[in-house]
Parts: sequence; structure tokens; C-alpha cells
Amino acid sequence: MSEVIKIKKGLNIQLEGKADKIFGQADLPEHFAVKPTDFHGVVPKMAAKVGDKVKAGTVLFFDKYRPEIKFVSPVSGELVAVNRGERRKILEVVVKSDGTDAAEQFETANVGELSKEQVVEKLQAAGLWPFIRKRPYDVIANPEETPKAFFISGFDSAPLAPDYDFVLSGEEVALQAGIDVIKRLCDNVHIGVNNDAASKVFNSLNGVTLHQFEGPHPAGNVGIQIHNISPMNKGEVVWVAQPQEIVAIGKLFTEGKYDANRIVVLAGSEVEKKGYFRTKLGACISTLIKDNVKKDGNLRYVSGNVLTGTQIEDDGYLGAYHSQVTVIPEGDYYEFMGWATPGFNKFSVSRTYFSWLCPKKEYRLDANMHGGLRSFVVSGEYDRVLPMDILPEFLFRSILVEDIDKMEQLGIYELAEEDVALCEFVCTSKQNLQAILRQGIDLMIKELS
Amino acid sequence: MKALRNLLDNIKPHVQKGGKFEKFHSTFDALETLFFVPNTTNKNGVHVRDAVDLKRTMALVVKSLIPALLFGIWNVGYQHFLALGVDATFWMEVGHGALKVLPIVVVSYGVGLGVEFMFAQIRGHEVQEGFLVSGMLIPLVLPVDVPLWMVAVATIFSVVIGKEVFGGTGMNIWNPALIARAFLFFAYPSKMSGDKVWISGLTKGEGVVDGFSGATALGEAASGNVPSASIMESFIGTIPGSIGETSTLAILIGAFILIYTGVGSWKVMVSVFAGGYLMGLIFNLWGANPLMEVDAIHHLFLGGFAFGAVFMATDPVSATRTEKGKWIYGFLIGFLAIMVRVFNPAYPEGVMLAILLMNTFAPLIDHYVVQGNIKRRLKRAKVAA
Repeated sequence: MSEVIKIKKGLNIQLEGKADKIFGQADLPEHFAVKPTDFHGVVPKMAAKVGDKVKAGTVLFFDKYRPEIKFVSPVSGELVAVNRGERRKILEVVVKSDGTDAAEQFETANVGELSKEQVVEKLQAAGLWPFIRKRPYDVIANPEETPKAFFISGFDSAPLAPDYDFVLSGEEVALQAGIDVIKRLCDNVHIGVNNDAASKVFNSLNGVTLHQFEGPHPAGNVGIQIHNISPMNKGEVVWVAQPQEIVAIGKLFTEGKYDANRIVVLAGSEVEKKGYFRTKLGACISTLIKDNVKKDGNLRYVSGNVLTGTQIEDDGYLGAYHSQVTVIPEGDYYEFMGWATPGFNKFSVSRTYFSWLCPKKEYRLDANMHGGLRSFVVSGEYDRVLPMDILPEFLFRSILVEDIDKMEQLGIYELAEEDVALCEFVCTSKQNLQAILRQGIDLMIKELS
Repeated sequence: MKALRNLLDNIKPHVQKGGKFEKFHSTFDALETLFFVPNTTNKNGVHVRDAVDLKRTMALVVKSLIPALLFGIWNVGYQHFLALGVDATFWMEVGHGALKVLPIVVVSYGVGLGVEFMFAQIRGHEVQEGFLVSGMLIPLVLPVDVPLWMVAVATIFSVVIGKEVFGGTGMNIWNPALIARAFLFFAYPSKMSGDKVWISGLTKGEGVVDGFSGATALGEAASGNVPSASIMESFIGTIPGSIGETSTLAILIGAFILIYTGVGSWKVMVSVFAGGYLMGLIFNLWGANPLMEVDAIHHLFLGGFAFGAVFMATDPVSATRTEKGKWIYGFLIGFLAIMVRVFNPAYPEGVMLAILLMNTFAPLIDHYVVQGNIKRRLKRAKVAA
């Protein structure tokens, strides 16, 4: 705890539209949805039918190949739609809220008296297991594996990310309860906190090891923290979860209810009143953004941050692991001779645009690609934004040629998509590196299981 | 600008899939993206992206070549009138130089881009920007009196054999511009070396003042004389030589732009100079012939050494791609360049050969750096266990 781990490589993208630490007022929306696509590797099988009455905590669907992993409704109401995409793939399971707080009752329990198996069973029954994910692969944890440690990142360093100190204040008891539950699963709990923040909530926790981190994004990524504290090797497993999810786990054991409440931050250059909002998992964002976004031009709504989030419509739903909604300009315009302009308004890590003259400036970035897809040309770009002892470019090449041995040797076990998001951001050749990494991970899972 | 956009929008449906001129999709696409950054947006993955793209990067390298080009244009004129023994004004010199140099540039770009477009057309992919730089590099490494048809042939050879057969920009093994030069050097040695080719007009036998030799400093040294150019002259660049290679000063301005913007690798540049300097020092100690006795610093200003170090060795595609590898790669280029230059006077231009050789070995260097990384990671596992 005394030692501060300094992350030197990385990048803070200076994005316009940071939210103030105030709570905004917005009604809860009518519709909520659970999106199976948020959970990698899950093949959903419906447990409820359209028209069924559900309560908060009622199982909506489960994983076809691991039926014990269940996904539950965040609110009480009626299952109104199962939206499907190509080849009838389930995209959204939509619940219309009836506005009441009716919830499935689960037994409260004293965690200290439960075995690991009982804890797992309880978490699975209440639909909270999907929030415990594992490295390698960044998928839902497998309860049969024994993790060497449990990691929680106590801060989010992504652009415009929520401040957990603010989000978690008042939830200290539930957080501690959640930690106690986690300790039944794995006794070795680590939390990475930001050295620049007060981290009051985390400092008062019992039974965890705190690590101080300092430096630019991706210092707040749990994968980077694991790499610096206890790097993953072949055959090792680490479990991770996010702080608000730990709170929900704590509440299940103290209150006996599935708690879908989340505090999300609404930010981005196109939002009028930026701030924090109390809402629930899977909430439709329409009430958040109603009369609250700038009118000119097309907008891009992102559930999550601009690096790793999911694009959603203006009536889309908050993702399962997200506590942020970002709104930026879509940027679907043609720019005359854009590559030849001085570019005072363009954010670039390189100094190829004159924007390096004003380093403090915040940018209103849009979703334009600013160029076309090319093969790898410029070298050494990725290394500067990935604070790991990994050669990213060679890893990506090994994924593209599907060389499993090389992927393993070059460190695919340590990476999740969010860790290479910055590489993708800076890439001159506009490669889709997160997608490439996921392709590699999927191949590993397929070949090694 | 609006009119242009409308024009493009009108043509677009015809060249897209199913359109009448579907075949010309790549060509249209290249022209469209030249004028307009496309409106494509990020679909999945990151939602915002760095403003830099390959066009910008390549355009920046071309900009950093401009000092060397301008100096080269003036120097061609200056050397010409010096050889003739005519007093000429600055503008006469620039005028003569421009008349000689610009056609080479035009031929190089015209032919090279033509071939690139053709390949993109045949393969149905986007025209990649790599040739923007090669097209400027090729003229700058050629002697001014090279016939234009040779420029055209060399350019075609370098684009087709040096690049497209491997799959285009980003896939090539050797630096395309050096391939062009090496091709000419071995195919037409009489036009690429000797005393006459470096100054415009000499090959045609125009009158020369008595006692004037058009030999380059390296040529002089190779034939057993002490180079007549001083260190200062070689640094400023008022000596005969390839069009853009003579002025180390102009090249260093380019190097500054490349390093400051982060486009060129300073590691490669520094290590090339370090390698060359060390080899020069070793030869100084040896001192068996005039070439070995050339001051180590002076060596770095002669021939294409500086140009190669700054613009050729740093080509990211043909160089090593690991950061550690860049040190080794650069150092060996400098070291070998001076060695080839001194040991084999038939090839005074050792830089070209050294870079091509190290281009070949770059993947091997990378391989060992990558293996080093893998071993370090494996070791960590054992310690932890």
C-alpha cells in the first residue's frame, strides 16, 4: 500500500464534456432490457416468454451450455419483446416496468457461515454471477476454476469516466458486505486505487490489499493493474468485478434482493446538462437524454466510454457492465482536404497537426474515422500506449495468422479488449484492434476447450 | 469545394458495385479521398480516433524532404555553372536546376502513381499512400544527368518488384526507392557512377573549365586522392552528388521535422550516425588508404549517408518494428555503410547497399527481440510458481 505504482505509458484523451459531480434528475424509463450480446460467449436460451409477468430478479434467460448461469430482469413488470437480429440471434430482451418495486425474495444469509459452493449457488440463483468475470479471455467466470486472486479496479481512467469516490459514497456498508462475499470465493482480494484521489470508500475497507496507481489511462484498467501486481501466466485465472457490482452482491446477502440500481454518468460534448444519474441496469436512455442533448447534426450515443462502449440508438439500453453514457457528434461528413489542413482542432498523439501548440485544450471529437483502413505501416505506436511488457503489434499479427502458440507466448492471456483500445485509437492505419483481439480470444477458447 | 463534392456525389453511384463503371472503383476512391476525408465513422471498437492517418503521415515525410529538394535544385545549377566556369546569378542557378530536376520528379510520380493505380484497379483495393514518399525519394537519390526513361523504368521496377508483388504498401521487404536506385546502379552503371554524371551537362560533353573534375568526394577518395571538399562544404552541400543527398544541413532540417512530429524514428537515425561514426573512427586508426583516413565526422556528411540515415533507414515498413531492434538495425546500417564504402571502392555508395542488406535482416533482428520478450515472460511464470 505504501508503494505507488507509476504507469508511464498511456494517454489521456482530452475530451470535451466532463460531468460535474452533481446528481441530475430524470425519471426512470418505462423500458428496460438485458442484452445477451453484452456477455461474451453466452448462447442465450429464453426462460420466460413474451407476456410473462416478471419481478426484479426473475430469470429471463440462461446460457444454453451452462444453464446455471442465469440472467435476470432488473425491474418488475412484463416481458414485452425479444428483439432478434440476423439468424434469429437474440439481441435484446425487453421488460416494460410496472413502476413497483416487486422483487424476487432471496434468503439473506451470514456469509461467514456459507461455503464457497453455497455462495456460488446463491449468486447464480440471483443472476449476479455474470458480473464476476475472469482473466484470461474477459468472459464470465467459471465457478469450477480456482482463481489466484480477485481484482477490483477502484477507479476508471477512461475518457469522461465516472468518479467512483463520488458514486460509491453512502454505499460503504454494502461494499464491505460484497467484499466479504467475494472473500468466500477467493481470499486474495486486491483493489487498485488512484493515487491522486482520496479513495475514502476503499481505504476504509477491511480484508483487502490496496495498491496505489498513478498515471494516464489505461492505469484504471483492471488488466493493467493485474499485470503490475501479479501478472497472469498460462494456466492461471484471476477473477474481476467492478465496484458497483460488488455493492449489488453485498445487497443480495444483506437485503435478499437483486439490486439493479446503478449510478451512471452522462457526459460528452453534446450533452447539455452533464452529471450523474440514479438509474437501473439495462435502462432505456431516452429519459436521460430527453431535451438534454444538442440539436445540431447527427449524434452518436455510446453506452460506456468512447473507447470501449457500445453504440446504441437514442432509445437504446444501458449495457450490463456500463456505468456511463457518452454522447458525441456522429461525424459523418466529408472534410475537404482534411489530411492537408493545419488542424488546430484535431487531436493527435503525433505532432502531425498543429494542435500540439495548445496541449491543455479539450476536444470535441466525433466518430469519424479520419482516414481509411490500411495495413500496418507505422511501427512503435502501440507500445507507447500499452503499459505492459507485451509487443502488441506482434500479438496482433499472430492473431491474424491464427498462430495459437505465438498468441499464447506473446501474452494474449493478459489482455482484454479495453486494454488495447488506446492502441486502436492511435493507430494510423485505422485497424480494428479490439475486434482482432476478440477474434484471437474466441479462437483460443474454441481450440483449448 | 461544394461543387466538387456534388460532382463526386454524382459520379459515385456509377462506380460503386453494380454501377456502369464499377471497374474504376479504386481510381475514383483514390481521387475522392484525396480531396475529401471520407465520411466513414467507427462502427465497433473505439468511437473516437486519432486525427492522423496514412495520408497525413506520408504528406509530412514529403514536406520534410522539401529542404533537401530545394537545396538540390539550387546545387544542380550551381555545380553546372561552376563546371562551365560561367558566373551565374542565384536565379539562373535555380532556374537551371529546376529545369533539370523537376522533370525527373514528374516522371517518377507520374509513372509510379500510374502503376499504383493500375494495381489497385486490378486488385480492387484502395490506392495506398506509400508511393507519395517513394516518388519523391527516387529523384533525390539519382544523379542529375540520368536519362528520364531510366527513371521511368526504375520506378516501374521498384513499384512492381519492390512493392506490389509483396502485396503493396506495408508488405514490402525492401525500401522501394532504394530498389529503384539499386536497379539503375547495377543495370546501367555507366550512368550511375563515375566523374561525369553528377553535374548536369558533363555527359553531353559541354565545355568544362580546365582542371575541373566532376567527381564526388567519395569518388576522389576511392581513386586514391584526398577529397577536395572541406568538412564544411560537405555539410552545407555545395559538392557534386545525387540531387538531394549533398546537403547534410537540409537533410537535418528534414530530420528535425520527422523527429519532432513523431513520424520518423529518432532511434534509427541516431544509431545509424553512431554506427557510421564508430566505423569511421576504427578506419582512422587503421589509416591504410585515403578513404580510411577521411575524418570520421566527414564520412557522415559524404555521399548519401545522411540522406539514407534520415529518410531511407527510417522507413517503418522495411525497418525493424520493435523499439530495441531499431537500435541494432540502425547501428549496423551505419557500421556497414562505411565499411562497404571503404573496402570496396567500386561501390562508393555503401549506404544504399547497407540499408538494403539490413532491410533483409530486419525480420531476423525482430525475431530475436520478440524471442527475448517471450523468454522474459516465461521466466516470470517460473518465478511466480
